[in-house]
Amino acid sequence: MPWKNMLIGALILGLFAVAGTGLVAMTQEGTAERIAENERQALLENLHQVVPEKLYNNDIYADAIEVTDPLLGSKQPLAVYRARMDGKPVAAVIASIAPEGYGGDIKLLVGIRYDGTLTGVRVLSHKETPGLGDRIEVERSDWILGFNGHSLDNPKPQQWKVKKDGGAFDQFTGATITPRAVVKEVYNTLRYYKEHREQLFARSSDEAEDDLDAADKAVDRGVTYEGIEVDEEAANENASREKK
Amino acid sequence: MADADYGKIAKDGFWDNNVALVQVLGLCPLLAVTSTATNGLGLGLATTLVLIASNVTVSLIRHVVRPEVRIPVFVLVIASFVTAVELAMNAFFYDLYKVLGIFIPLIVTNCSILGRAEAFASKNNVGRSLLDGLTMGVGFMLVLVVLGAMREIVGAGTLFSQASMMFGHSVDWLTTTVIEDYKGFLLASLPPGAFIGLGLLIALKNLIDQRTEQRQKQATLATKAKAAEAASA
Repeated sequence: MPWKNMLIGALILGLFAVAGTGLVAMTQEGTAERIAENERQALLENLHQVVPEKLYNNDIYADAIEVTDPLLGSKQPLAVYRARMDGKPVAAVIASIAPEGYGGDIKLLVGIRYDGTLTGVRVLSHKETPGLGDRIEVERSDWILGFNGHSLDNPKPQQWKVKKDGGAFDQFTGATITPRAVVKEVYNTLRYYKEHREQLFARSSDEAEDDLDAADKAVDRGVTYEGIEVDEEAANENASREKK
Repeated sequence: MADADYGKIAKDGFWDNNVALVQVLGLCPLLAVTSTATNGLGLGLATTLVLIASNVTVSLIRHVVRPEVRIPVFVLVIASFVTAVELAMNAFFYDLYKVLGIFIPLIVTNCSILGRAEAFASKNNVGRSLLDGLTMGVGFMLVLVVLGAMREIVGAGTLFSQASMMFGHSVDWLTTTVIEDYKGFLLASLPPGAFIGLGLLIALKNLIDQRTEQRQKQATLATKAKAAEAASA
């Protein structure tokens, strides 16, 4: 009775497929809202690190637009969050990418006051060497805090380099490429900001008709920038998610 | 079931048939996450959870599933549990989830889980399978933590750093700096350190096993000699 056996086998397998999918679907249903909220919180936390909360009173998470510019290090659209106090622009947070890291892209969050001084820079994810290049993470060293208060003219443009290249910023022992890439990209982001400041704040976040689309995209961004990746493979996973 | 039987299952899991040291299974996550003791502990806990759940389920359905389709059914069961654990972790332990990231879904590919389902749970009752899952999981976790601790101390001079990311600030006492002003030894933090560390651990286990065996031999020899003396006297 080979037919009967095969049929029973197939049925059992099918049954377990349904049960397994059911379990996953139920868990997904029960946790989706919480996960989205977690991701929103994580991004907000990062935003608060680069722009102090007391500086603004708008919903910075929702007041976001997407921009594309070679100066920001990527051909993909990147997020810009606008902070306003009583409707007046206070600061912008630009999610730029330093493409010349030792291990590829270093995702940054650059907070810039309306007048062009830096309020803070944070690394969202990177693939730099553990123990050497990962000192760009604020958890590992306070190097990244060294950008605070600087602007396009402070130090002078030719000083926007690591000390080894004759600039004003420290490098790490054993790792020059990583800080060099970050310094360069922070500088480029400042240049971009200077050229586009008025446009950035003037554009409405509920762009035109695709109101809901924008909200969806904001959620997607939350998924992508979910905090500093500790492991190379986690970062790779992020990269592949983005490609999708 | 006799107590001795349960004892043997436990001893197998912890020592004699340890997943990492003897079966040498699940090396991909083992080598990748053990850069710190905290990471090792986190992945060990998640793996243990999945191992227990899958062992119990497989044991429950062992009479229903036909042998021809058992492997795909086991894989389905394991994959479903891992996905559910991943989602739950993302929802309720977000910080821990961020640390372990990709390695949670990778638990599916940890062959020790399918191995235990096939070699043990599909042939034993629920109680024994549960114990097997628990001890195998804890045995694996212990190796992860020890290896993580070794690499962390040698590589960075700390122990259980960032433990608060997992369990909140109530465990801050766990984080200790073992060596003050340590410059760090990069090799230990990088993947080669994991291979070297695991090799040392396996060697250590074999050494201990050899010693105990020799001692037992000597003990039996001594009793035999005594018996012979008594007989000749």
